[in-house]
Amino acid sequence: MSMHKRWFACVIGVCLFSGSAGAQSMVDHFGLGQTATANEAAKYFSIPPSGAGLPAGSGTAKAGVLVFANTCAACHGDKLQGNPAAGIGGDRLLGGRGSLVGKTPVKTVESYWPYATTLFDYIKRTMPFSAPGSLRDDEVYSLVAYILSEARIIKPSETMDAKSLPKVQMPNKDGFIPDARPELQLYR
Amino acid sequence: MNSNKKVVYDDKARRMAEQLFLTEQRHIADRLREDCECRDGMFPRRATSSRRSFLFAAGSLVGAAGAATIAHAEALKAPPGAVFYDVPDDPTKVQGRPVVDGSYGTRSQFETEARMRYPTPNENTSWSFTPLGRGVGNITPSGLHFERHHGGIPTIDPAKHNLLIHGMVDRSMTFSMADIKRLPSVTRKHFIECSGNGLTEWNKPTMKTVQGTHGLLSTSEWTGVQFATFARETGLKEDAAWVLAEGADAAVMTRSIPMEKMLKDALIVYGQNGEAIRPEQGYPLRLLLPGYEGNTHIKWLRRLQVSDKPFMTREETAKYTDLLGSGKARIFSLDMEAKSVITFPSGEMKLPGPGFYNITGLAWTGRGRVQSVDVSLDSGRTWYPARLESPPEPMCTVRFSFPWMWDGKSAVLQSRCIDETGYVQPTLEQLIAIRGDSGPFGSIYHLNAIQSWAVSEAGDVTNVHA
Ligand code: HEC
Repeated sequence: MSMHKRWFACVIGVCLFSGSAGAQSMVDHFGLGQTATANEAAKYFSIPPSGAGLPAGSGTAKAGVLVFANTCAACHGDKLQGNPAAGIGGDRLLGGRGSLVGKTPVKTVESYWPYATTLFDYIKRTMPFSAPGSLRDDEVYSLVAYILSEARIIKPSETMDAKSLPKVQMPNKDGFIPDARPELQLYR
Repeated sequence: MNSNKKVVYDDKARRMAEQLFLTEQRHIADRLREDCECRDGMFPRRATSSRRSFLFAAGSLVGAAGAATIAHAEALKAPPGAVFYDVPDDPTKVQGRPVVDGSYGTRSQFETEARMRYPTPNENTSWSFTPLGRGVGNITPSGLHFERHHGGIPTIDPAKHNLLIHGMVDRSMTFSMADIKRLPSVTRKHFIECSGNGLTEWNKPTMKTVQGTHGLLSTSEWTGVQFATFARETGLKEDAAWVLAEGADAAVMTRSIPMEKMLKDALIVYGQNGEAIRPEQGYPLRLLLPGYEGNTHIKWLRRLQVSDKPFMTREETAKYTDLLGSGKARIFSLDMEAKSVITFPSGEMKLPGPGFYNITGLAWTGRGRVQSVDVSLDSGRTWYPARLESPPEPMCTVRFSFPWMWDGKSAVLQSRCIDETGYVQPTLEQLIAIRGDSGPFGSIYHLNAIQSWAVSEAGDVTNVHA
């Protein structure tokens, strides 16, 4: 029986058996909580590497320059170099490519992040730090295009949208391996 | 240990480590000023200063307004979570304080332990350490539970807070807090440990106290509803394999959790140590994943999205991945492995002289129960079984102790946890041999190595790599 059918069956079950001790174990559903409408779920987003759920709209590095200068540079630096000042602490967003094997790995969007979709998700979700979630989707696409273009991951002319963004190949996309723990050397 | 394995911090990491070092120095200095006897007698005592009594007496002379000002000044002197009261010479000769209707208690004014913040430049994305050094038993007081927030602590009205469960379910549903509290509940003790616990210690002994080296560990009794209970309500589609959990804070924190874990023992909790969970711990609702790294226990939980694949959020790709010497990084390294630490005696304490000491500490594992704990007094050459102070519970700390008659000679104290899977807590050398030496900025996370405390002939206890 599909889960769905079972749900209906048990609603009937609760009615039939309520009042007897046996009914307790027959309760498949508690009758608490509400069915959520599609609208409710549509208020939220989380963008996986496939790009599923990316909103309409688009942006370019050119448009991103201005948005970045106005809303991000104070904390991430005008060259995306980061700003460690007290009360700010915005991460460096560029550089570090090729450093991951060395003694001083530098993990940035450019050198470390495996998926461009994550950048869109994260900026839309929580940046700018001073006004999280305040950006329009076109602005987010533009910022992503700007950062990726400054990182020489896409061409300055490329447009980022729901179709092109999931196709971006990040430099460290193959840099991740499954957890190898427990490390067998460490057993008795 | 191979000496050419010098680990270099990058700028940001070095700055933070330096700042942290200074913060810890300040905490230690405060402590010495506050209870000047604490280093000599290893058990802290906070003497009532005569100055304090004098101020109070003077206050009563200058009338009500003056007294109020003084009372305010006195209140400020009480440690966090306490209220200052004048101390009578003989408490049996005067009445104590009356029973107050509608009160919420405070701790003693003589107890000064407080969390220590890691000095990240931005206080809204920062963390604080539990003061393990003077903790007793197994449970962390709720007000001393370690913190890690990425967008501050939100204030959430529980009457307006809902949990949405959607995605690959048969029926998307929302549950109000009232709904959730009506569902069948469970109560379990579990530790939470940040996988960054000890990140300063890869290269050289950096922090001085056990609060600094191990304080991103806390244990509470949690009350809530099993995820499986919710899943039964919503149904799960055939290919459901991951669940994205999302918080309602300014970071809108998200992590993807394997469905296997969610159905096995994940809890959606609203209770901590017998009352509502603290705002810093996710009030009114958080995800609790026994034995998983702290970041996955999403606080201020508002949404669970069931999916066939992980979402590859920033926290599970850019952060909380373990970059190895090879340049490859482990992803979804979720289990916290067997670990232990001696909390007494530990860094910055001083033993007054040879004699009996009850060595004590905590042991834990994310893979089940602690099987046994060993203690060494000679830097790991000889091991003795420790006594467990209570029966070990799954994915929960257990306090251990070991009776030690100190002969006054220098010693290096260590503890080692063996969990029920047969895993033995490794040495730092063993960990580095496996994971590489790109150190505190490469493999930041999951440092579960054996901790060493050196005791000098003078009785000073310091953090060492031995
Ligand atoms: C008020 C300061 C501030 C502003 C303004 C700001 N950020 Fe940030 N940003 C931060 C901080 C602090 C973090 C680190 C947050 C954390 O780790 O918890 C961060 C993190 C990031 C990261 C993740 C970096 C990494 O390697 O993990 C990206 C990407 C980012 N910000 C992009 C932006 C963009 C784009 C803007 C402009 C829309 C912006 N930020 C505006 C402070 C700021």
